[in-house]
Amino acid sequence: MIKFILARILQAIPTLFVIATLTFFMTRLAPGGPFDAEKNIPEEIKEKLEAHFGLEKPLHEQYFLYLGNLLQGDLGPSFKYMGWEVSELIAKAFPVSAQLGLFSLIIALVLGLPAGVIAALRKNSAYDYCLMTTAMLGICLPTFVLGPLLILFFSSWLGWLPPLGWYSFADMILPSLTLGLFYGAYIARLTRAGMLETLNQDYIRTARAKGASPIRVVLRHAIKGGLLPVVTFLGPAFAGLISGSFIIESIFFIPGLGRFFVTAAFNRDYTMVLGTVLFYACLIIILNLVVDMIQASLDPKSRDR
Amino acid sequence: MLLLAKCISLSTFHVIELYFSYDYFKWVFRQSTWLALILISIGGCSAPSNVENAIEEKILHFGLGSEPQYLDPHLASSVSAHNVITALIEGLVSEDPKTLKPLPGVAEKWDISKDGRVYTFYLRKNAKWSNGDPVTANDFVYSYRRILNPYLASQYASMLHGLKNARKYHEGGRILSFEILDPGNSYSSGSKVSLTGSGTGFLGQLETDASGSITNIQILEAGKNYSSYQSIEIFDENGTEAKIRPIMGNLSWDEAEVGATAIDNHTLQLTLENPMPYFLELLNHYSWFPAHPPTIEKFDAFEKQGTPWTRPGNYVGNGPFILSEHKVNSVIEVKKNPNYWDAETVSLEAIRFYPIESADTEERAFRSGFLHLTQTVSSDRIDFLKQKHPELIHFEPYLGTYFYRFNLEEPPFDDVRVRLAFNLATDRQAIVEKVTKGGQVPARCFTPPGTGGFSPESRFRFDPQKAKTLIQDYLDDKGLKSLPKIELKYNTSEGHKKVAEALQGMWKTHLGADIQLLNMEWKVFLSTIEKRDFALARAGWIGDYVDANTFLHMWRTGDGHNNTGWSNKRYDDLLEMAAKESNPARRFSYFEECEKLLSEHAPILPIYFYVHVTLRSPTVKGWHPTLLDHHPYKYVRLETPGSNN
Repeated sequence: MIKFILARILQAIPTLFVIATLTFFMTRLAPGGPFDAEKNIPEEIKEKLEAHFGLEKPLHEQYFLYLGNLLQGDLGPSFKYMGWEVSELIAKAFPVSAQLGLFSLIIALVLGLPAGVIAALRKNSAYDYCLMTTAMLGICLPTFVLGPLLILFFSSWLGWLPPLGWYSFADMILPSLTLGLFYGAYIARLTRAGMLETLNQDYIRTARAKGASPIRVVLRHAIKGGLLPVVTFLGPAFAGLISGSFIIESIFFIPGLGRFFVTAAFNRDYTMVLGTVLFYACLIIILNLVVDMIQASLDPKSRDR
Repeated sequence: MLLLAKCISLSTFHVIELYFSYDYFKWVFRQSTWLALILISIGGCSAPSNVENAIEEKILHFGLGSEPQYLDPHLASSVSAHNVITALIEGLVSEDPKTLKPLPGVAEKWDISKDGRVYTFYLRKNAKWSNGDPVTANDFVYSYRRILNPYLASQYASMLHGLKNARKYHEGGRILSFEILDPGNSYSSGSKVSLTGSGTGFLGQLETDASGSITNIQILEAGKNYSSYQSIEIFDENGTEAKIRPIMGNLSWDEAEVGATAIDNHTLQLTLENPMPYFLELLNHYSWFPAHPPTIEKFDAFEKQGTPWTRPGNYVGNGPFILSEHKVNSVIEVKKNPNYWDAETVSLEAIRFYPIESADTEERAFRSGFLHLTQTVSSDRIDFLKQKHPELIHFEPYLGTYFYRFNLEEPPFDDVRVRLAFNLATDRQAIVEKVTKGGQVPARCFTPPGTGGFSPESRFRFDPQKAKTLIQDYLDDKGLKSLPKIELKYNTSEGHKKVAEALQGMWKTHLGADIQLLNMEWKVFLSTIEKRDFALARAGWIGDYVDANTFLHMWRTGDGHNNTGWSNKRYDDLLEMAAKESNPARRFSYFEECEKLLSEHAPILPIYFYVHVTLRSPTVKGWHPTLLDHHPYKYVRLETPGSNN
């Protein structure tokens, strides 16, 4: 197992290197720069500004400088949020996104898993249709529609919950619910599919034949196999969730990583874009590793691989 | 319904069954509850103060629109930065909350010399920095030296170019010496020499010794700024190859003799290059604000950008408020400054600025009592709000022009008849009434009427008949059947799209023109404009100060914002004359002629004058519509609606 983890970490290094390189050159190749504005600045001043931030050097030189700093853990200063380091901003924004992501994931699992299991057990019944139609709606309804709808209902009409902000527990409910419902719908459908497949397996029939109660069959035997597709989905989904959602964070005015990332791209805040992309890549690599480990514990077949 | 109820009850049963009968789920459940509890405690529990508590707490909740790039007055470059900085720093003069006319600020009084070139400011003795230090005349000189320092590379330093010799100091570009790259080559004495780079200019004459080696280059225009030139071309019978490189240097502050002198601790004398009737108003732009020298030195920020001196705890200002909290993308809070000389007038205890980018979110925040005022209103919501909440929505004139640029090098816009025809076929009234609908004013000139007392004549008229004749004329001349396909570029936005579509329709109907709309992401659009890679493109211009100069200036030959390729000697001369003129009537007559030239040559197509649309709580008092959207915070009060304003 340790060998496996070590190998994966070693594999991650070239991956991160390629991501850093591609992102570096893609951001630089995009037209416009961090100092372009409607009121443009005289050429001489722009040159000096660029010199100030080392942008006047040849691109390859900038690239090696960046890589050098990166190896020392220095992500550089932000161009858009002057006076702040990229690493500082990520350190402040990530916990917010992570909180939001975790709550959403909990909501998604709490709603999605039982719904999927029930739908699978009562295949083609009214429950199944009801739940799966709701899930389909949840998947189709984009968060930028669902979010304002929930605000309209719970905040504007009922007045129970605040429509925006990230200050108290009450503020976290609506955004988490918006994101959670969307992911919950996915999870419900995946769980149903996984469960249906396992419920037809021979070992389930054996368990039934041996007289195990239906509940025991589901919970002891079927669910392990049924959850496999969900777990595979959860890795990247979790990374996506905790690294922030631009739409949710904008709708609910949450100072999370998603807003930083997207505005950085709009502003050509090179260092911030690179910093967030690399951070996101690391997250995905780690979470995929975790998913593989969970999968191995759920599915004996994959353990040897 | 029954089915749904049954479904819910059954599924609830199943959920409970699942959780309590299986260890794995029990574990997950326990862990997640535990985690949730921790996260809640981390998440902080302070509830947002709302508009109802605000009257008692005296906290103004302000929708800032976007996160300011930097709170350094010498490096700031946005409206949102202005909105925060003016709470933290006060300039020599302050503004009347209704008219924006200059009132005493750090300076309690001032004298203006007869020729309008020398301003002497008498600083009040009780003006203090937030750490208790007195504000002195030297602090201002230091600040001007900082922003004009070419190595700081401030984007707004040119705002100070009205100061005598400030431009010379800022742009430097003095040639110190020459590096001769081919010492062996021979040239003939007296050859003309010119510099090349981003421009070409005649420079001087060669001096050579008997063998033809260069001994000296005589500079003919020594006072000129050569900083954009990189190499030298030599025009003699041998050819024009660049074999010499000038070595550039900058002038020191004393060498340049910039017109800013501290006569004593509390007397500051500013000498101008030319009389500027709007000079006192200009002083309220943040580029003229002072910065606390010891703080700047402490953070080594004199010629360095991006130092953390602008963070709470480090920031030292002299304004009515002190920076107390800054969470990027979340909130900036300023608290009343007890050291401010006029703290008695300040009614607010604090202002909280929220950088809410989404107009819809901002509106929801406003309606739930989270904000007192919004930065903007989404154009789709204007009609609804106008009908349902006329007491909350405010339409205020704003010093800005929405217009299109023609590219004069791109046919068919190289022909003035086509540009005029497009202008004549534009029904500006219809655009503001049927498309933008936010109370905008049709633009029939370029400078918004009333800017600093100057109201140009309305020259851009709607006359489709005349437009048709002009186009027919052009087509006959060129032997064309119809106009070529024309691309109209704009930056991606619903609002710009609607205007572009309306104009596309008008020009199709009246001119038979086939316009293709092309939207572009903001930065891509900006670089396209700068490269002049367009035929017709959207633009907007917001005045920096209340004078026609801030609008007309950009159409000078080669101005960084011209970007149309239009150049007119008379226009340049008129602006030059206006700059030197102290008689307002004569000055305005020069501006009027400039406007006339713009309408005759039509390098642009003005569409409408901006209007600032906001939502504002009736509890906010002492807040008046002003052309620049400036609202001196020290006069702002929060009171229950119904009391007198």
